[in-house]
Amino acid sequence: MTAFKQSLELGLIRCPTCGLAVSRVSLRMDRRCPRCQDRIEHRTPLSTEMTLAWLIAGIVFYIPANLLPVMHTGGLPGEADSTILGGIFEFWRSGDWDIALLIFIASVAVPFTKFIAIGLLLFTVRKNSRWQQHQRTALYRIVEFIGYWSMLDVIVVALTSALMQFQMLGTAEPRPGIAFFCAVVAVTMLSALSFDPRLIWDRRT
Amino acid sequence: MSAGSRPPSEEELPTPAVQSRSWLPRLVWVVPIAAAVIGISLLIKNWENQGPRITISFLTGEGVQVGKTLVKYRDVTVGRVSAVVLSPDHKTVVVTADLTKDAESLLRADTQFWIVRPRIGVGSVSGLDTLLSGVYIGMKAGAATPGERQFVGLENPPALSHGPRGRELQLRAARAGSLAIGAPVYFRQFHVGRVIDENLLSDGSTRVTVFVEAPYDGFVKPVTRFWNASGIDVKLGADGLNVQTESLAAVLAGGIAFDDGPTEAVSAANDIQGDFTLYKNETEAMAPPDGDPHYIRMRFSQALRGLDVGAPVEFVGVNIGSVVAVDLGYEPRDKSFPVVVTAKLYPRRMGQAYEVLAAQGKTESDETLAVFAGTLVNRGLRALPRSASLLTGKLYIALDFLPASPRVAFDASIRPLELPTVNGTFQELEANIGRLVKKVNDLPLEQIVADLHTDLKDLHETLGELHGRVLPSAVDTLSALHSTLDSAGRTLDVESPLQRSLTETLSESRSTLQAVRELADYLDRHPDALLRGRRPQKLPHTPSAASSSEAKP
Repeated sequence: MTAFKQSLELGLIRCPTCGLAVSRVSLRMDRRCPRCQDRIEHRTPLSTEMTLAWLIAGIVFYIPANLLPVMHTGGLPGEADSTILGGIFEFWRSGDWDIALLIFIASVAVPFTKFIAIGLLLFTVRKNSRWQQHQRTALYRIVEFIGYWSMLDVIVVALTSALMQFQMLGTAEPRPGIAFFCAVVAVTMLSALSFDPRLIWDRRT
Repeated sequence: MSAGSRPPSEEELPTPAVQSRSWLPRLVWVVPIAAAVIGISLLIKNWENQGPRITISFLTGEGVQVGKTLVKYRDVTVGRVSAVVLSPDHKTVVVTADLTKDAESLLRADTQFWIVRPRIGVGSVSGLDTLLSGVYIGMKAGAATPGERQFVGLENPPALSHGPRGRELQLRAARAGSLAIGAPVYFRQFHVGRVIDENLLSDGSTRVTVFVEAPYDGFVKPVTRFWNASGIDVKLGADGLNVQTESLAAVLAGGIAFDDGPTEAVSAANDIQGDFTLYKNETEAMAPPDGDPHYIRMRFSQALRGLDVGAPVEFVGVNIGSVVAVDLGYEPRDKSFPVVVTAKLYPRRMGQAYEVLAAQGKTESDETLAVFAGTLVNRGLRALPRSASLLTGKLYIALDFLPASPRVAFDASIRPLELPTVNGTFQELEANIGRLVKKVNDLPLEQIVADLHTDLKDLHETLGELHGRVLPSAVDTLSALHSTLDSAGRTLDVESPLQRSLTETLSESRSTLQAVRELADYLDRHPDALLRGRRPQKLPHTPSAASSSEAKP
């Protein structure tokens, strides 16, 4: 592993846009790529701080997203506000364990995993840990990939409330919880984007 | 490696300049702060909206579902059932409900809760929406101080769940008739309220609570009379058949009507105290107050079949009371069984007569009535049964002045008063009819009938003879007469030969007569011609001579 050299050790910075390897010495004050004029940084500035900020925002939003009702159904069968967890229980009780499982994974497991994963990445980078660097990079990729799958719930609510408009027989309306849930998904995605995975491999003393 | 990295680190001096403008990325911290603020504000709001938790006990929890059954006030959701459990003694169902914050002020000690289920009555249909949506818990705010958290639910919804403005009135009635809760209340045939409650009181009478809605409750005055407007009132009077009803709903579900009572009963106080009386019908309601009844007793020495309890007692044609009992008495003196009739009288119904009496300073007591009755009896007042209807044979008691009746002693000290009686006119009529029937019986009817029978037999024989003999010859005569008339007709016909020869004969005889007249004239002028014969004509009128000469042969 030590066989690999870091770009900083070589005194080079790679332009993220055009791929030009720029010597740090030759970099001007405004830190722009000599070829494409894009901004060049050795590492994304304040990456960990921004990631942390977005992560905290996501965790805070996650609380009302689960406590507040996400959907209101009305009509002849009666009026009801349902939360995400309540809906999962409802499906589980009525025997649709597969749907319950799907919603559970998409709405509860995935965001929760993301919080833990990003938190772990931030913690290890802060500690300058050299533990499981490959696995951590893979974890980052997974977090980035599964981010938008949490939007499943938002889409379900949007479709249901758009389609279920039968006045007396049944209506569905979104409730504030879904907005918070949407915010959770967006903020955690921003958190993952803010994270600079190169930090995993940085060795600072 | 460390030697190689030394020079570049020297180059890294401009980094403080970079950090100076890095405040922009730090703005990202606004996001979690904002999230926290939103979250905390939501929490505070939620905590503020956390309404009271109440428990209501019902006899049954039919249809109540945890998390679904709502608590509604004026059809607006104010809470939701959060738990349904049995009470420790297993006799009631305790429903726990979380209400909204603004419903807190509605929770008073006398706030009422009930389960709304579909109800279908004659007068109204309610709660139909609960057929599909499930039951909900209705709520009616009370007036006591707020702060109550434990309630006992009603089994039946209160009639007035939303407290419209108006006035509740208590009516007392001997019996409720066919009134149902929700039955309409009418004022001059306008629907102004409804029956909201019925109670059977401990004394067996009924108390009906009615609610008169706000603009109309001003019509209820101390003089107002209420009566039962259930059903149809059919009256056959001198002006024909009179059918009266308040409305079709009142026919089915019963109803109450009210109106101002007789004006002389207006009291000075305008506020309503105590209960109203619910009369049986409008006539009874509108009658002037009767006052207290006085009881009298009458002994009749005749059978009074057809005299029922409740039959009217009429004084000179005015109904002043009714019969309350008809008993059989025993008179040991002559071992007879008189009929003892007890009746109650309302002396106030005697109108001015009673007023005069009252004006004389005599109070309304049995003594007054006894003295009054004594004077009337001395003037010939007698009680007698009369037939109310010859068809039904029903009797009523008439108090009439019969000055011709023998005087009787009136004992004013007996209670109840005893009025002297005479036998009824109907009974006298009966006796007369009996006498008439006896006379008819005495007639020699059989002999009359036998005579009549012989006469009829003779008549029959005569008629038979007439038929057998006279009629055929009459027929012959008639046919002969017919042929005679026929030939006479033929003879007299214009075309008949007889007629023609007659005409010819007549014309010939006329010319003959003319010749004779000419001869007579000639002889008159020449009488000598009779001897000398006819002379030649010298006169200018030869034609006549010629004609006479012609006529001469």
